[in-house]
Amino acid sequence: MRQTLRTGAARVMLGLAGSAALATGAIAQEANLVIDGEIEIVTRAPAPDHMENVSEIVSGWEYRSPETQAVQMDDFENPGMIGVDNARADFSAAMGPDGQSCAACHDNPESLEGARAVYPKWDETKGEVQTLEMQVNECVTERAGAEAWNYTGTRMTEMIALISSVSRGLPVNVAIDGPAQPTWEQGKEIYYTRYGQLELACANCHEDNYDNMIRADHLSQGQINGFPTYRLKNGKLNAVHNRFKGCVRDTRAQTFAPGSPEFVALELYVASRGNGLSVEGPSVRN
Amino acid sequence: MAENVTPRVRVPKEAAAGEVITIKTLISHPMESGQRKDKEGNLIPRSIINRFTCAFNGETVIDVAMEPAISTNPYFEFQAKVPQSGTFTFTWIDDDGSTYEDSKDIAVA
Amino acid sequence: MSYSRRHTLAMIAGSGITVMLGARMALAKSAEEMIAAFTGGAQITGEGLTLTAPEIAENGNTVPVEVDAPGAEAIMILATGNPNPDVGVFHFGPLAGAQMASTRIRLAGTQEVVAIARMSDGSFARAAQEVKVTIGGCGG
Repeated sequence: MRQTLRTGAARVMLGLAGSAALATGAIAQEANLVIDGEIEIVTRAPAPDHMENVSEIVSGWEYRSPETQAVQMDDFENPGMIGVDNARADFSAAMGPDGQSCAACHDNPESLEGARAVYPKWDETKGEVQTLEMQVNECVTERAGAEAWNYTGTRMTEMIALISSVSRGLPVNVAIDGPAQPTWEQGKEIYYTRYGQLELACANCHEDNYDNMIRADHLSQGQINGFPTYRLKNGKLNAVHNRFKGCVRDTRAQTFAPGSPEFVALELYVASRGNGLSVEGPSVRN
Repeated sequence: MAENVTPRVRVPKEAAAGEVITIKTLISHPMESGQRKDKEGNLIPRSIINRFTCAFNGETVIDVAMEPAISTNPYFEFQAKVPQSGTFTFTWIDDDGSTYEDSKDIAVA
Repeated sequence: MSYSRRHTLAMIAGSGITVMLGARMALAKSAEEMIAAFTGGAQITGEGLTLTAPEIAENGNTVPVEVDAPGAEAIMILATGNPNPDVGVFHFGPLAGAQMASTRIRLAGTQEVVAIARMSDGSFARAAQEVKVTIGGCGG
């Protein structure tokens, strides 16, 4: 169990002061996660107002062992960056009848900086909340006229990792009001609904019991700011809907499908529980 | 044959004569151990990178015999002496006979 | 590649059964045989080999290890509890800046990781560390 309380505000103070400081009775420390000595990642932040039962939100990175944490602190050592490199090459690859590519519209991946932080997001034309994957597939099918990519396939997940990588360090900031609100409410309802033979809701583990051990594993808040995430257990980048699927399956329930309206709603809600943490993907987890 | 095998190496661009530098390498490869079964219960045949070498201007820095217990996407970190300007060459040898190569120049100021 | 929880459990269960059958001796012997082949049967007397590995590994599929033996020609790493204990052998050439290397290895379960270094004077050194491999929360 962590004894120290670190807040985003405390860290900002520290950044200015450049030395250890006491803030509101808590011990302030440097940003714990700095990637390549450059990208500062906020891994602890005050919970957004809509969260009633949690005061501080914490990145899953904080729950991992020092060895696992270290792998994410160096892009060279982070095997998830292999996927980012693959997607970078794919970004300018021709697809569809007219040989369109991502780069034809978006120049370079860096031009998409900020996108990851605000998705899932209401799409006025479609009249629905769209995930980043849905947006990519809209580009692939409607702009380029190519066949849709598999929602959680390698190509898609690597592209999401690339788009995420250029937003690292920016605060997650998904909109939950306005036209997105009904979808967000639906996601919240799913988050608190018990599923499966084990009758477990997301909240039972990730709100009621984070920081406790579930067998030998240190339970996190189930934040998704680090997705896609490279998992040591399967040695590849994992899409967030596949992670949802794994969790729901482990409750011994029939799961929703990746890309389904239920998981889209859940993604919006869970993303909103991380509003204020930094975009981290591709992260490294166990 | 493994698909999308891409070697990555990190070598400083410059060094002082005789300096010892740190080199990191990572290559995307499943390192199929030969211990796993597919969904039908059939053993998936072993398919790994079984050797990795690093040389500088033809002289060996490190030569690693690799077994299936090396993790997916094999990672190595080691140290090399740089006597003069030259080229590091990196070679990974696959069970199927494929070789994957990369090289990096380094300048001695 | 994907190692399912079921598969990991199967591997662990498998190793458990071999222990019960007394076959662990055979596995250990196999590691011993590999050491004997590496040393040519010579006594392992020397020190000066450091093996660094986590006490607790969050996942057995990717466990960071480092070996460091100043003056070594070669260092062998063994995972004594794996179905095949051999992990790899690092041979250091004339341009090695130090006789050390790091990599990431697979451990089928909690076990002793062993390293043997062959020094340039023909002597051998040994280092070992137990690594506890944890089983994930619920396998998701």
